Amino acid sequence: MELIKLNIDNRTVEVEKGTTIFHAAKKLGIEIPTLCYMNLGDLKIEHKPGGCRVCVVEVEGRRNLAPACATECNEGMVVHTHSVRVLNARKTVLELILSDHPFDCLICAKSGTCDLQDMAIKMGVRSIPFQGEKSTYKPDFSPAIIRDMDKCIMCRRCETMCNDFQTVGVLSGIHRGFEAVVAPAFERDLDHSECTYCGQCVAVCPTGALTEVDHTTQLIRDLADPQKKVVVQTAPAVRAALGEAFGLEPGTLVTGKMVAALRRLGFDYVFDTDFAADLTIMEEGTELLDRLTRFLGGDKEVKLPMLTSCCPGWVNFFEYHFPDMRDIPSTARSPQQMFGSIAKTYFADKIETRRDEMVVVSVMPCVAKKYECTREEFSVDGNPDVDYSISTRELATLIKRTNMDFNSLPEEDFDKPMGESTGAGVIFGATGGVIEAAVRTAYEVHTGKKLEKIDFEQLRGLEGIRSASVDFDGTQINIGIAHGLGHARELLDNIKAGKSDFHAIEIMACPGGCIGGGGQPLHHGNSAIIKARQKAIYQEDAGKAIRKSHENPHIIKLYEEFLGKPMSEKAHQLLHTHYFDKKRKDVLLD
Amino acid sequence: MAKFNMHMLVCAGTGCRASSSDMLYENLKKELQEQGLENEVQVVETGCFGFCEKGPIVKVIPDNTFYVSVEPKDAKEIVAEHAIKGRQVKRLLYTDPVNKQQISDSKGMGFYKKQIRIALRNCGLIDPENIDEYLAADGYEAMGRVMTEMTPEEAIQVMIDSGLRGRGGGGFPTGIKWQIASKVEGEQKYVVCNADEGDPGAFMDRSILEGDPHSVLEAMVINGYCIGADKGLIYIRAEYPLAIKRLKIAIKQARELGLLGKDILGSGFNFDVEIRYGAGAFVCGEETALIHSMEGERGEPTFKPPFPAQSGYLGMPTNVNNVETFANIPVIYNKGAKWFSQIGTEKSKGTKVFALAGKINNVGLIEVPMGITLREVIFEIGGGIKDGKKFKAVQTGGPSGGCLTEKHLDTPIDFDNLVAAGSMMGSGGMIVMDEDDCMVSVSKFYLDFTVEESCGKCSPCRIGNKRLYEQLEKITKGQATTEDLDNLRNLCGVIRDTSLCGLGQTSPNPVISTLDNFYDEYLAHVEEERCPAGSCKDLIRYEVIPENCVGCTACARNCPVNCIAGERKQLHTIDQSLCIKCGACLEKCKFNAIAII
Amino acid sequence: MTKIKSLADLKKKKDDLQSKIALREKSDKPEGRVQVKVAMATCGIASGSKDVMEYMVDEMDKRNIDAIVTQTGCMGYCYAEPTIEVRLPGQEPVVYGYVDLKKADEIIEKYIRNGELVDGIIPVNYQTIEKNK
Repeated sequence: MELIKLNIDNRTVEVEKGTTIFHAAKKLGIEIPTLCYMNLGDLKIEHKPGGCRVCVVEVEGRRNLAPACATECNEGMVVHTHSVRVLNARKTVLELILSDHPFDCLICAKSGTCDLQDMAIKMGVRSIPFQGEKSTYKPDFSPAIIRDMDKCIMCRRCETMCNDFQTVGVLSGIHRGFEAVVAPAFERDLDHSECTYCGQCVAVCPTGALTEVDHTTQLIRDLADPQKKVVVQTAPAVRAALGEAFGLEPGTLVTGKMVAALRRLGFDYVFDTDFAADLTIMEEGTELLDRLTRFLGGDKEVKLPMLTSCCPGWVNFFEYHFPDMRDIPSTARSPQQMFGSIAKTYFADKIETRRDEMVVVSVMPCVAKKYECTREEFSVDGNPDVDYSISTRELATLIKRTNMDFNSLPEEDFDKPMGESTGAGVIFGATGGVIEAAVRTAYEVHTGKKLEKIDFEQLRGLEGIRSASVDFDGTQINIGIAHGLGHARELLDNIKAGKSDFHAIEIMACPGGCIGGGGQPLHHGNSAIIKARQKAIYQEDAGKAIRKSHENPHIIKLYEEFLGKPMSEKAHQLLHTHYFDKKRKDVLLD
Repeated sequence: MAKFNMHMLVCAGTGCRASSSDMLYENLKKELQEQGLENEVQVVETGCFGFCEKGPIVKVIPDNTFYVSVEPKDAKEIVAEHAIKGRQVKRLLYTDPVNKQQISDSKGMGFYKKQIRIALRNCGLIDPENIDEYLAADGYEAMGRVMTEMTPEEAIQVMIDSGLRGRGGGGFPTGIKWQIASKVEGEQKYVVCNADEGDPGAFMDRSILEGDPHSVLEAMVINGYCIGADKGLIYIRAEYPLAIKRLKIAIKQARELGLLGKDILGSGFNFDVEIRYGAGAFVCGEETALIHSMEGERGEPTFKPPFPAQSGYLGMPTNVNNVETFANIPVIYNKGAKWFSQIGTEKSKGTKVFALAGKINNVGLIEVPMGITLREVIFEIGGGIKDGKKFKAVQTGGPSGGCLTEKHLDTPIDFDNLVAAGSMMGSGGMIVMDEDDCMVSVSKFYLDFTVEESCGKCSPCRIGNKRLYEQLEKITKGQATTEDLDNLRNLCGVIRDTSLCGLGQTSPNPVISTLDNFYDEYLAHVEEERCPAGSCKDLIRYEVIPENCVGCTACARNCPVNCIAGERKQLHTIDQSLCIKCGACLEKCKFNAIAII
Repeated sequence: MTKIKSLADLKKKKDDLQSKIALREKSDKPEGRVQVKVAMATCGIASGSKDVMEYMVDEMDKRNIDAIVTQTGCMGYCYAEPTIEVRLPGQEPVVYGYVDLKKADEIIEKYIRNGELVDGIIPVNYQTIEKNK
């Protein structure tokens, strides 16, 4: 690799050819500010449109200032990152951006976690010399995501996530000049687009332009209502990230404190989605074994590979983009929805509560889950199985709002029976986890033998597409894993082309799986945070006494008392679903 | 076969067509047929003659009679008088605005005297829809010679030696651009013709494509041969239907003759051309934005490097040149690099086409040698300022350029001199302003354009230009302070310094150059709330001059808002609270009794 | 349409086509060429100027003389029609009267080729307005 030397702020630095000024400066400990640049290193997402122009620096011998994020270093280059010219330009550009931004910081959902706000503080902006017209757009409220484009600064990160990473292609720049904005085609609402609600746009938005639908106020009301039994379930990825909102190191597990906080908030029952994850494995694992056995037995009708179906963003994706392949995914509902239907039947009976007196709330690392619980097929007589879902971020603000000192809370345990879970349920939160959990159960059920080694390291990692072969006592089971819908598309295209020899594939919409979900505390483009959360998930799994779903005693009991056996008629009715062809045929009509 | 001894060249450029030159063409043909002269007189539709002010143009060959402002109904007279009797139709001849003499030969007109037509050489001479006429005019000979007698390196060297620089605005040496593209490895390379002409008022590219499409095709093949590309793309705005139609015809004809396609002229070299349509966004003239637009992406520029030569269309090495640049190329090979490099100045060789407009007598398209002075262009070719008013400024380079004044009139025009004077060549817009033009309003006009045409990708251009416009508006309304003027200057500097592409980097030029050259005028708006040119509506009012008013009531009768009161033969008065400052009263008053205060 | 297969083909094709626009290209620089104006008003046409015109155009071409033949209005010498005006490069124009095809041939061979004046010159006895400029 060719090395080059350059001078930044009177210091010499040696970097590889092709390195940008931004990264060369970083090597010297110089943090050049930027609003649009984003680099999720391990996930191989780099976004450097050079659009915000906040990162401009002076390069000697050049007529104009150069964007540090996009300009590659040259041998002998002399760079100034804080000359008067640079600082004046940077501040003026920021003032311009602020001059076209609403001044409602105090009441903005992103206040405190807003990159633009941080930048204004950093640059010491005290007045805006250019007052003028502000661009305004119709706000867009979808079931999961709110777009308030008045706050958009055209960093275009959401576009990169939506188009390049997810290949969903809903968001793109439209209009020109001052009216330019990121929006679905024809400036339709998200609800009338092919948006999967994966929420990755929300996860990377530097301002309050993209936020999730907020259910906290409704939740506080429900908690205060004595007529209602409020049941909460928390997804596995939440416990690995919630601590970040309270200043804890990324990757700090806060399961116990989270349970304590939920109890103090006034939930009647604090349960765990992990319980439903174990249930998912029972259903999905059985379905996989069933399809496999028939397939290996020569049944031509059976479709393989079987794809997982726990991720609502992913379900939306194939319903919109691959409707003709909707017979391949497992029919098992997601853990959130399995939890809801069991809570409002089995558990409601147990505590002798009517369905309409029970409120099931989920805490999710996800914004697509908000949409998922509104799907009609997941309700009975208009009463949804899960009433609504709040994100990890919403839970954090709720805890803050209710005067709790999170870090000094005691560690508490989930309630029983639906708070009991195994290590297999926990790893649902990371990419590869669902399939690993399925393999742990399917292996033992299929072979009748006990697993020697529970950890399937070959299924873990952060590569966009991974594959592994697992020996089921002589039968090789080929497993594929994809996270990020772009990677999912690649696998689906292969299947379509008949080039796939996988038996089972796990797909998660978000980078890293649920731990990198759109509802998590913002990572601000730092992929190390996602890695830390991943580590925490496997750490929780390793610490669990029971690590295989079919060994969860309360799951066994649930089948004994209520469901019968996996894939029974009752299980079908409560735990399985069907998919729709949502390919938009009305794109030009509205 | 008919052997014609007289040709009638009818301009079929967009400008003349808009004045029914197509109908004129039909009428001439019909009339000649009726007189039995269809085998003696050939009527030819040609490209633009440039003198659009006086269109439609008909030129009669061989006696070089140049008829101006010809209407379809004039066909009968032209045929009866000129074709049959050999007498010129005097009333259709051009009258010199200065000495009022009629001039029948275009060469005698001030408008044409100082022009040298290289890029426009065939415009107005040949029928653009007939490849035979282009072939007769040495067409495709340069291409044939380059491909059979030169190596690509030799051919590139000719380009370098000629000193030709890109005519699209940047002025980058064409030969060097080709050399870079030729050296980059790539499994597929592309030649792109930038026909996304967007400067307000500029229409030279359109005229070339309408008048001589083959010269561009020929140059593209040469370009392809030099850099090793076998695909050419022409990116043209869909608003140019006639140019598109003629290009399509030209491509079809060239293919039929094997001048495009496989194994051209037995050289073993393949090259073909496709047309890509743009939606007419100014920013798509920027080469990276143009390429993204062709790829089906949003027409937005991206940071360079990588330059298109490294990674262009579909990520492949791509050479982008503008229409006018291409149109120069075949002649350079036919007449030699030396011939070309003798025209022009030391660093700017050849000619430049300008679209001359504004407060000038002869509006139109001109091609002049580099090094000609603004004075020659404006006062000789342009025939001076309209209505005997005083020259104030000339704007070159469109929205990217600046305003030059009296003191720049004797500066020889070339790429570097214009930049040094605070403007730029741009694609060749040239708008002349007189004493009635307010320079603040002029900058506002250009900023209005830039605000519309910015793609919105980078903050300084998207928001900065909007703020610039708003500040200028404040000034023209007399609401600004001197502090605003300082902010304005700083903002201009930052937009220029930080914008992503050429559009933003040059968009403040109209403001900067007027601040430099007409600061007094800005100050008058700010400090005295006065518009010296009397054009900013918010800063002027119309008043009746009592000693001149005879009470004729003409003003009152013509006032659209009835704000002028006064009895017959009595002094009239204007109600300032109702006046909308339309100026109708001033126009109608025959007694100089209304003045702008 | 047959394809052009080589540079030589192209050049040949060009030579064939050249006459199509030669008139236009030539007319652009009349100073260096012989200019012949044939009076083609009613009087001229009635006396056969049309034939003369055609003859001149064809013959100049055949005899390889770089000339521009144009028609003009009545020169006022109606008694001597057909009349033609010949202007050799750099010289004053000369007007010939009673030009038939034979005369035309003589004018071409003697005057145009060799500069020898031929009988039948009509002395110009007036000044045109243009010359008063």
